[in-house]
Amino acid sequence: MENNVINTPIDPKQIPGWGVDADPKNDPTYPMRYPRMNVGQDPDSKHRPASLQHDDTEKLRSIERPNVSAVYGTTVPPSGLSGMIRRVAFRYSENRYRHWLPLVFADRVNVVEGILDDFAHGKVPNIYAEKGYPVEWKHNRTSLIIKLATVAAVAAGTVVLLSSGGSENKKEKRRPQRPY
Amino acid sequence: MLAMDYRGPKRVRAVQKPMPEIKHPQDAIVRVLRTCICGSDLHLYNGNVPDTRVGTTFGHEFVGEVVEIGSEVTKLKTGDRVLVPFNIACGECHFCRQGMYGNCHESNTEATAVGAIFGYSHTAGGYDGGQAEYARVPYANVGPTIIPEGMDLDDAVLLTDVVPTGYQAAEMAGIQTGDTVVVFGAGPVGIMAARCAWLFGAGRVIIIDKEEYRLDFARNYSYCEAYNFEEIGDPVVFIKKITDWIGADCVIDAVGAEAAGNAMQTITGRKLLLQAGSATAVHWAINSVKKGGVVSIVGVYGPTDNLIPIGNVLNKGLTIRANQASVKRLLPRLIQHVQNGTLNPKGLITHRIPLAEVADGYRMFSAKLDNCIKPVLIP
Ligand SMILES: NC(=O)c1ccc[n+]([C@@H]2O[C@H](COP(=O)([O-])OP(=O)(O)OC[C@H]3O[C@@H](n4cnc5c(N)ncnc54)[C@H](O)[C@@H]3O)[C@@H](O)[C@H]2O)c1
Ligand SMILES: [Zn+2]
Ligand SMILES: [Zn+2]
Repeated sequence: MENNVINTPIDPKQIPGWGVDADPKNDPTYPMRYPRMNVGQDPDSKHRPASLQHDDTEKLRSIERPNVSAVYGTTVPPSGLSGMIRRVAFRYSENRYRHWLPLVFADRVNVVEGILDDFAHGKVPNIYAEKGYPVEWKHNRTSLIIKLATVAAVAAGTVVLLSSGGSENKKEKRRPQRPY
Repeated sequence: MLAMDYRGPKRVRAVQKPMPEIKHPQDAIVRVLRTCICGSDLHLYNGNVPDTRVGTTFGHEFVGEVVEIGSEVTKLKTGDRVLVPFNIACGECHFCRQGMYGNCHESNTEATAVGAIFGYSHTAGGYDGGQAEYARVPYANVGPTIIPEGMDLDDAVLLTDVVPTGYQAAEMAGIQTGDTVVVFGAGPVGIMAARCAWLFGAGRVIIIDKEEYRLDFARNYSYCEAYNFEEIGDPVVFIKKITDWIGADCVIDAVGAEAAGNAMQTITGRKLLLQAGSATAVHWAINSVKKGGVVSIVGVYGPTDNLIPIGNVLNKGLTIRANQASVKRLLPRLIQHVQNGTLNPKGLITHRIPLAEVADGYRMFSAKLDNCIKPVLIP
């Protein structure tokens, strides 16, 4: 095997910095290591930053904590149908599929909302460019052509299937959410 | 300002967005000078992280210049050039005070299991990231670190994530002098983990991937043995064979949820999202480490479940350590390693891409085109 030929053994001591951070006491190591403490050892276990962020961005809060964290992100608050799904998901703890699966579903709904939003702003999304196909065309042309041909064939197949009967409608609704 | 904009799985673009604002007295606004695309961004890019909202700006690896500070910021002033750790940490909570800056309790309202990370979905706090001309940086007294005089910005930007993550992967592996260390994944993180394993005194370092150009790169950069898992048969048997049938002392998973190599894992984990990503690398790690050995996981998985052989963890008596890198904790030591030339982070950078071409950058890194190891975006 070609690989094995290239893998000549090396004397570790020749490697720059070999062993400089070796520490026999590094086991157990981070994170179960000094300054590890339990809540009883912590003189102020509930300590929080003195100033709390205040603004009216809608925040969804994990029900596994009692409060909003002292700072939080304010990007893209929940909105539309995906936002409604996200709000419902946050009724359940991080321990439940009822929390995570609706969030993944909401993400897919959100993609459709994003496209509609682009149109509403008079913008046609350039999906070819957004997917970075120009750079794939440059460096990996054959595979891109195969990929696009497959998508085209599947799309054509779906159209044929749908125009021959209405019973497959459910499947079609899901298609735009998985663009690959 | 120009910023990266997520539109859906594998669809991103650069658009004009409003300037970030100070929202908390400890915030700073940073004008971004360099920002990278990371393997972690690929989990978002592929649509695998729950609550990744369309319109979010990604980017958790960035350096820049402070242009505005909140009223409680005392450690920075405008004009300072800072490197910004990827974790958002208050420095005061029960966890931060134990050095667990990747697990802060006061920066993420939406998930208790996940710390806060710039530009990393609402599950990681809902912050916009640094793949933009400007970024809001909370807790500016805690995370942002002034870039030492004379340090290259390219080195600095890799100190925000790749170097500390690779180093912590080796640290958590509990390496003892002479140990055999196997690293799964020859991306930037795995390459850095293999390099850092030597600093802890490893006797032998082996890296496994399937991208031949990355294996070649790792052989030179990390002075390690490198093997292609598509050519060695069953990688677990291979590792047993080259370790006198004992197994490796320590194994590092530097792959995470996008792992290839096992069709069942790929289909259930990456295509159907029935698992929180494909767990192939951690599966191999558990099965190729020796009895009583250590598995160190820095590869990222989602918040639901994964199929891993937990029975073997029990029967072999393994220790598993895992975490997001605690960047701030490690920076003083790592800055020394860079300044005295022991580590050469910028040697990982293979591509410089204008922020306006962010979609090409993601595709290039994700599809591993043009021998890409680490791309840096220039706003
Ligand atoms: N814990 C942290 O703090 C932290 C920080 C940064 C990155 N990460 C994670 O580290 C991982 C690697 O990041 P990166 O930037 O190097 O990403 P990357 O995508 O460039 O590298 C991953 C590599 O793994 C290889 N690979 C795929 N399947 C494999 C398998 N079964 N066995 C061995 N190799 C396999 C791929 O070919 C690729 O080269 C990601 O999961 C990322 O999210 C964690
Ligand atoms: Zn990263
Ligand atoms: Zn904290």
